[in-house]
Amino acid sequence: MKTPAIAAAAPLLALAALPLLLHSDFWLHFAIMTLYLALLGQAWNLLGGYGGQRSFGHAAFFGTGAYAAALLQLDFAINPWACMVLAGGFGAGAGAFLGALSFRYGLRGSYFALVTLAFAEVFRIVADSVPFTGAGVGLQIALKESVADFQFPEKSGFYAVILALTAIATALAWWIENSRFGAALVAVRENEDAARALGIDVDRTKLWAITLSGALSGCAGSFYVQYFLYLDPRIAYGVEVSVTALLVPLIGGVGTVLGPLVGALALRALNEASSALTGGAPGLNLVLYGALLIVILALLPDGLISLGTRLRRAGRLRALGRA
Amino acid sequence: MLDFDILLPAILNGLSTGAVYALVALGLTLIYGVLHIVNFAHGSLLMLALYGVYFLYTLLGVDPFAALPVVVPAMFALGYALQRTVIATASHGREENILLVTLGLSIIIDNLALYLWSADTRTINPSYGFSTVDFGVAFIAVPKVVSFAGALVATGLLWLLIRRSDLGKAIRALARERRGAELVGVDVDHVYAMSFGIGIACVGAAACLLLPSYYVHPGVGESFVVIAFTVVVLGGMGSFAGALLGGFIIGVTESLGGLLLGENLGRIGVFAIFIAILLLRPTGLFGQRA
Repeated sequence: MKTPAIAAAAPLLALAALPLLLHSDFWLHFAIMTLYLALLGQAWNLLGGYGGQRSFGHAAFFGTGAYAAALLQLDFAINPWACMVLAGGFGAGAGAFLGALSFRYGLRGSYFALVTLAFAEVFRIVADSVPFTGAGVGLQIALKESVADFQFPEKSGFYAVILALTAIATALAWWIENSRFGAALVAVRENEDAARALGIDVDRTKLWAITLSGALSGCAGSFYVQYFLYLDPRIAYGVEVSVTALLVPLIGGVGTVLGPLVGALALRALNEASSALTGGAPGLNLVLYGALLIVILALLPDGLISLGTRLRRAGRLRALGRA
Repeated sequence: MLDFDILLPAILNGLSTGAVYALVALGLTLIYGVLHIVNFAHGSLLMLALYGVYFLYTLLGVDPFAALPVVVPAMFALGYALQRTVIATASHGREENILLVTLGLSIIIDNLALYLWSADTRTINPSYGFSTVDFGVAFIAVPKVVSFAGALVATGLLWLLIRRSDLGKAIRALARERRGAELVGVDVDHVYAMSFGIGIACVGAAACLLLPSYYVHPGVGESFVVIAFTVVVLGGMGSFAGALLGGFIIGVTESLGGLLLGENLGRIGVFAIFIAILLLRPTGLFGQRA
């Protein structure tokens, strides 16, 4: 336990000091969005990467957390900090509900993916239609710049919060790689029947994973609400959130602790670079983004994190050739 | 209150839309059944085909229904080329990566359309746009009637192709057992690309049938993906009769849902059916156990 703690502390401290170096709001925003993407991607990774249950509908958890955070502070005057914790709870609840339903009926593979997608769409339609979510108009959080209200006057405050959340998510992924629960989860991913034969409670393991994943997604949703102070059904439950959640780890490296971080950094950089290169012409930046995505997939099918092992292997081969 | 004078036209319109949904879904189920991929670019390619039909009409004056012999082969060629070049190369044959490649493709196509043609919603007004056919019980717009018949004919032709031709046999063999098909001499890469091409050709046909009574904008494909999947799952993967029946059920559900609950909330019926089928009978109405 001691070595990884030290190994983790150094980069964490370095990241915590980042706002002291980044004086521009642009780069701080970049760092915040990267960590936010990493959080969302790690949430997906816990379930889809380690558990092999690939969801297309993480927006269902993200959006539920986001709406919980927004509505609890708007309608019930609950402190936004408490709302974030509750949003995690609501996200976990949405995860547990969807998991209980789909695992009970034995949905696997594409069927699981499709049912999550369908639930996210149902939630979006409901949020778009009922009055208490503000329907299509959306919800606006009043500006109250104070730390007690989870609205920082400086971006560095948000940075600290998202850094802490992402650190927790990353630690969870590390714990999964090194715990009995994680071993059971990976066994379920590799072969459900074999896992069951070994005495693993398959449904329970998957249910915990989706609940955990939902909780993290819900927290990401509440962070989004506090940072942007606005929410509408498309932002909360749109396909874009679900796609982002799975894109981040798949680009970075599925089922690895650091994959989502790498993927988030790459996607965010890709996004900024394509915007800069195309001069902000509407649509054109995303065309480039999509093209680069395909190039990454073609060159590094195991995600960017595999670049390290590939380089090392190439180096070793070259050393062998010289000897 | 609601009576038959309102319900019947809604049901008939739903059946017409449903037939086109079935066609889109058949393309999707063909690609899914053979290549085992969730083609995320399906809706985007439909949107592209809709624009093709739109420009053929507005720039060259080609009627959408007459554009079928142009658009269908063009979409087939596009699908074949996409699979042969981009998808096969970039995915290294891995299922989860194919999904991402098609996702990347859909991002490219959607945003290219946004860049080139702006976000405006466009419609066409052919001379027969407001003519109706009297079915005794209800008046139905001519484009709806033609698209219903066209979709049925296209589905029939596709059925013949898959069931009766050598290519169809190779496609079915590949869908069932890749290694075995390879051993008896099926050119796997070619047949994969043919399946993808045919699946996209269905989308081209659907676009021609759809546009006279529909509209096009860069995001129009998104809603079709989910609906097409609903139809596929409802009917059972790989089943023609299932896709047709599934299309009808979804078309009518959507039409009646819109009538009873309003445009927005009305779509919830489609998803309710989708989720119920996934949970209770994931093999669909006509599907076989995997």
